[in-house]
Amino acid sequence: MSTALEIRNLSKTYSGGVEALRGVDLDVEEGDFHALLGPNGAGKSTLIGILTNLVRPTAGEIRVFGVDARAHPERARTLMGVVPQEFNFNVFEKALEILVFQAGLYGIPRTRALPRAQELLERLGLGDQMHQIARHLSGGMKRRLMVARALVNSPRLLILDEPTAGVDIELRRGLWEILTELNQKGTTIILTTHYLEEAEQLCRNLAIIDHGRILEQGPIQDLVRRLEVQTFVLDLAAPATGKELPAAFQVRRIDPERLEIDVPGGLTLNQVFAALEACGLEVISLRNKSNRLEELFVHLVGRGRP
Amino acid sequence: MNAHGLWIALATLLHREVGRFLRIWMQTLLPPVITMSIYFVVFGSLLGSRIQRIDGFSYIEFIVPGLVMMSVITNSFSNVASSFFNARFQRSVEELQVAPLPDWIMVAGYVGGGMLRGILVGFLVLLVSLAFHPVRFHNLPIVLAFLVLTSLVFALAGFSNALIARRFDDISIVPTFILTPLTYFGGVFYSISLLPPFWRGLSRLNPILYMVNGFRFGFLGASDIPTWIGLATLIGLAAGLVALNLGMLARGVGLRT
Ligand SMILES: Nc1ncnc2c1ncn2[C@@H]1O[C@H](COP(=O)(O)OP(=O)(O)O)[C@@H](O)[C@H]1O
Ligand SMILES: [Mg+2]
Repeated sequence: MSTALEIRNLSKTYSGGVEALRGVDLDVEEGDFHALLGPNGAGKSTLIGILTNLVRPTAGEIRVFGVDARAHPERARTLMGVVPQEFNFNVFEKALEILVFQAGLYGIPRTRALPRAQELLERLGLGDQMHQIARHLSGGMKRRLMVARALVNSPRLLILDEPTAGVDIELRRGLWEILTELNQKGTTIILTTHYLEEAEQLCRNLAIIDHGRILEQGPIQDLVRRLEVQTFVLDLAAPATGKELPAAFQVRRIDPERLEIDVPGGLTLNQVFAALEACGLEVISLRNKSNRLEELFVHLVGRGRP
Repeated sequence: MNAHGLWIALATLLHREVGRFLRIWMQTLLPPVITMSIYFVVFGSLLGSRIQRIDGFSYIEFIVPGLVMMSVITNSFSNVASSFFNARFQRSVEELQVAPLPDWIMVAGYVGGGMLRGILVGFLVLLVSLAFHPVRFHNLPIVLAFLVLTSLVFALAGFSNALIARRFDDISIVPTFILTPLTYFGGVFYSISLLPPFWRGLSRLNPILYMVNGFRFGFLGASDIPTWIGLATLIGLAAGLVALNLGMLARGVGLRT
């Protein structure tokens, strides 16, 4: 399987001095459904803006299906479709015309673009709104119009920037179905979101971005499992020097009277203490070790809950 | 994209631009025709009979080419300035940016649309002038060359203006403070041979003078300025503005942060 998107050391400093991206590396395999998860201001839209020619990168390399986007920007763009975060169509144009126009810009003649546009609008539930001007569509319809527009050139890589932000539950489910179907038919999809729930529902892989850096990347299941592990710092009554440590847990020595222990979800603290006692270790106090990633996750999950 | 694909993209842009100004013809085509008809009535019919012949031509005959040129200038400019600025403002210009198009297609599409509006309005104004005086062509190729080049130059200028504008107000600065005065002092209403030497010399710095005179030469065969200077000025301005626009686009001015 080939790589749909390969980003190396991408950075962006805006003219005002904001470092929106600080050396981002990201790999998305062909056929993947990949989430880019991060809070507001993390740099998600900046990353997508660079991919789609709206933002100029300060440094870094991008390959889209192996095509170097800096050397052959136009060829790279033929492979992508994008649904931006903000509405960006001419609100006085009719829905159908918006699609036919976009298709024309990809070199698709009107005669071929018309049936394609009609089919896409039908598929996104906008069949009855084809001849309405965009301004008269509801928020959810506008969002679906942008999805239809992004599909006119049958992109191999579809990028969506927070497609479900501020969208009602029903529409969100509808959109999820459409995206899942597209992905099953072979379209690689990258979606940004600040809802962990959405990423879990839809995507196989996940990259977490914050302050312009990728903190983690991998299969969602792995990341979620890892997050269920809690780490505690234990202060001991006596130095543990020379003593054996419980084999059932991941335990690290920090200094003679202090240990760090990972407790997978499902185990109780009583089981932890029993294991420690069996090794002759007496605990005076314990505290939960704070974890940057975990804090971020808690924050993101919290916001994902309605 | 291959040449065929680029051609379709360009045709798509032109189709939208022409469709736009035809659809809102009450704002784009009608006003210049009405304004110019009023000029014809006031200067041609009412005042014209009291004004001496200029270079052997009646006053209405003398001002028609200049007024046609004035319409071409303002309409080519403002079509591109407002349409392109509006696309930036609404962000629909992003539809062009994400598409696999080289920058020059964007320039060609908007500028082509502006030229077509300028030329169409010029033609309509000329048509109206027939009600006041028959038209004659001394040299039709010269007329067409000045028409096409002038619309090109001002459509390109409209594009530059829209690219650097931050607010809607910014796209009326050039028409108000530059185009209108230069056009009025550009020999539309008088021959510069009537001016005192100082003002005559100053007028020669005004590029619009060359356009108006060249265009008028095509109709009447009389001009204050050799025609080739007018053509060379227009070609030079067009080349400079093409380079300016493509340079700004390459640096991301106005479109890419
Ligand atoms: N055009 C811009 N000029 C200056 N700073 C910007 C611009 N766009 C975004 N930023 C800043 O860059 C950072 C990342 O923003 P953005 O990429 O929009 O994040 P996200 O999409 O993850 O919410 C933020 O601090 C934001 O304020
Ligand atoms: Mg964003």
